[in-house]
Amino acid sequence: MAREVSKGRKAAVTLLAWGVALLIFFPILWTFLTSFKTEGEAINSHPSFLFFDWTLENYETVNQRSDYLAHFWNSVVISLGSTVLGLIIAVPAAWSMAFVPGKRTKDLLMWMLSTKMLPAVGVLVPLYLLARDTGLLDTKTGLVIVLTLVNLPIIVWMLYTYFKEIPGEILEAARMDGATLSSEILYVLTPMAVPGIASTLLLNVILAWNESFWTLNLTAANAAPLTAFIASYSSPEGLFYAKLSAASTMAIAPIMILGWFSQKQLVRGLTFGAVK
Amino acid sequence: MTVTFRPLAGASLLLALMGSASAQTTITVATVNNGDMIRMQRLTPEFNALHPDIKVNWVTLEENVLRQRVTTDIASKGGQYDVLTIGNYEVPIWAKQGWLMPLENLGADYDQADLLPPVAQGLTVDGKLHAVPFYAESSMLMYRTDLLAKAGLKMPENPDWDFIADAAQKMTDKGAGIYGICLRGKAGWGENMAFLTSMNNSMGGAWFDMEWKPQFNGPEWKKTLDTYLSLMKQYGPPGASSNGFNENLALFQTGKCGMWIDATVAASFISDPKESQVADKVGFAPSPVRKGGANHGNWLWSWNLAIPATTSKAEAAKTFVAWATSPAYMKLVAEKDGIANVPPGTRTSLYKNPEYLKVAPFAQMTLTAIEAANTQKPSDKPVPYTGGQFVAIPEFQAIGTAVGQQFSAALAGTSTADQALAAAQALTSREMTRAGYPKK
Repeated sequence: MAREVSKGRKAAVTLLAWGVALLIFFPILWTFLTSFKTEGEAINSHPSFLFFDWTLENYETVNQRSDYLAHFWNSVVISLGSTVLGLIIAVPAAWSMAFVPGKRTKDLLMWMLSTKMLPAVGVLVPLYLLARDTGLLDTKTGLVIVLTLVNLPIIVWMLYTYFKEIPGEILEAARMDGATLSSEILYVLTPMAVPGIASTLLLNVILAWNESFWTLNLTAANAAPLTAFIASYSSPEGLFYAKLSAASTMAIAPIMILGWFSQKQLVRGLTFGAVK
Repeated sequence: MTVTFRPLAGASLLLALMGSASAQTTITVATVNNGDMIRMQRLTPEFNALHPDIKVNWVTLEENVLRQRVTTDIASKGGQYDVLTIGNYEVPIWAKQGWLMPLENLGADYDQADLLPPVAQGLTVDGKLHAVPFYAESSMLMYRTDLLAKAGLKMPENPDWDFIADAAQKMTDKGAGIYGICLRGKAGWGENMAFLTSMNNSMGGAWFDMEWKPQFNGPEWKKTLDTYLSLMKQYGPPGASSNGFNENLALFQTGKCGMWIDATVAASFISDPKESQVADKVGFAPSPVRKGGANHGNWLWSWNLAIPATTSKAEAAKTFVAWATSPAYMKLVAEKDGIANVPPGTRTSLYKNPEYLKVAPFAQMTLTAIEAANTQKPSDKPVPYTGGQFVAIPEFQAIGTAVGQQFSAALAGTSTADQALAAAQALTSREMTRAGYPKK
């Protein structure tokens, strides 16, 4: 009896999970489908789900009009660059906070997080002026630095929670064996925290890839990544829904494929430490 | 001697190389993703053929993103752009800030006198053009000739709002999915407030009196909002409070609207058989007036090319701007894509071209609407501002959008017309006091 109830419950929960997943995924699916429609079909108030004349003309137009590869390359450099730079700073920072906390560590962590609570636009003008004066406007270097700073609190926090799960005694044992600080971090801590670091890396690549405030506001022609590529297909007067969908699909495809292949890592990393 | 000579020689060679490399000037043009701008972008090789020494980089952005992006850059003197695409709302405000370069001597064959006077006037500050128009639009009434005939009506030369209500009622057939009238409902100073500000002008109203006091508590705004809500609630499409230009365009093109009052540029979209299912059944009339009135709302919008004062490549930028808005460019578009695709609303000569008038049945109405738009005197009442479907003060973007949200809520049914008007009056008074009006 009890087993039957739990079976039913399991089915219900599975169904619910599928429902929620579909609901979340639907906009992406719809964008994907719209990208193969004509502009006329895309705005049809009784849209057909699959039975329309599939066309590649939007992709053709988008490829003719924009330099996808240039934007793609900018996105790759900016998201990977900012994540790697962020990790280089955050691993030692998280180490010290997790294993040698001081009196103010908690406050420091909260303060770091609090910088995420300010709307980005609040610091737009000061950052813009700094970028202007240092010649970093519309450069990949400038965006790597800004996105590193923007995502650093999240990287530090994520690594901090992973590191907290690692018993300090292991590091202590390494120290007893004569490991220096750098080899302790590099050869003892890092290998144990690989799942955590991997998921931090992945999540931050995704965050940096999708970041659309700074990447739009600090770029013009040279360093504009895929977010600017999408923004160039939104129109106030005229119909561009299908082309916009094609551009969006092209922009999110690489990161979706990356996410797809690394799901296991992502989920493992995100739930790491959640269940003891 | 030789020790110092070699690096010197190297350095001078390097300088010479750099000199030859910089003979080509690169300019960055910021623009919006509208059909005419995309065409300009596509025709860049033609510009390069004439000016091989100027390379053009394009930055295309969504209108609101562009506005924010360009404002940040220009206000902080970032110097990222050499040519800007901006509206006639921004031009006078930015010119007064000293952000835009005055545009003079655009070349012998530019023919500045050919620019349509109301359009050019909106871009002139202290007697000098501070931007040149790329395309311009006013508003008009677009309607389905077949549905009007079925309703047993004939479009008058100057329809008034009573006629619109009558026609909307008779054209509506909700069972068949046909709504008598489609109007903007989406909140925003350039969305529903463009339409409603213009409609209020036609009703004899104004945003402010001569002391800059908001007029939402007056009879004209009440009449405007009541008429609008009654039209839309009885004969409008469902969910209209989220409809902007594109949504209404889609509805009209798929045969769901009997009438649509919006920007004249829509006329070419709904008349294009490739996009529109009703291309052969559309008629055009002036924007409605109040009974016995003559004010059509004074809607005038132009997308213009301007050169920021921060550019270091003013000459190259000017060459480009002059090319893109010249009679020669229009000829080029006519040759490449057909004369119907020439950017409308900027030059008198286009409307005298019989070929254009033949392929563009809406041309005459567009010209009449633009010529009738008096941005210097938008309201029948004396007002301290210029404008038309907007009020040309920097505060209008914020206030217009906030008021637009109130009116959109009234359309959605979450508040009444009176509540929306009272809220609009209160918030506008507050913001205007805060901004320091009346300014001496």
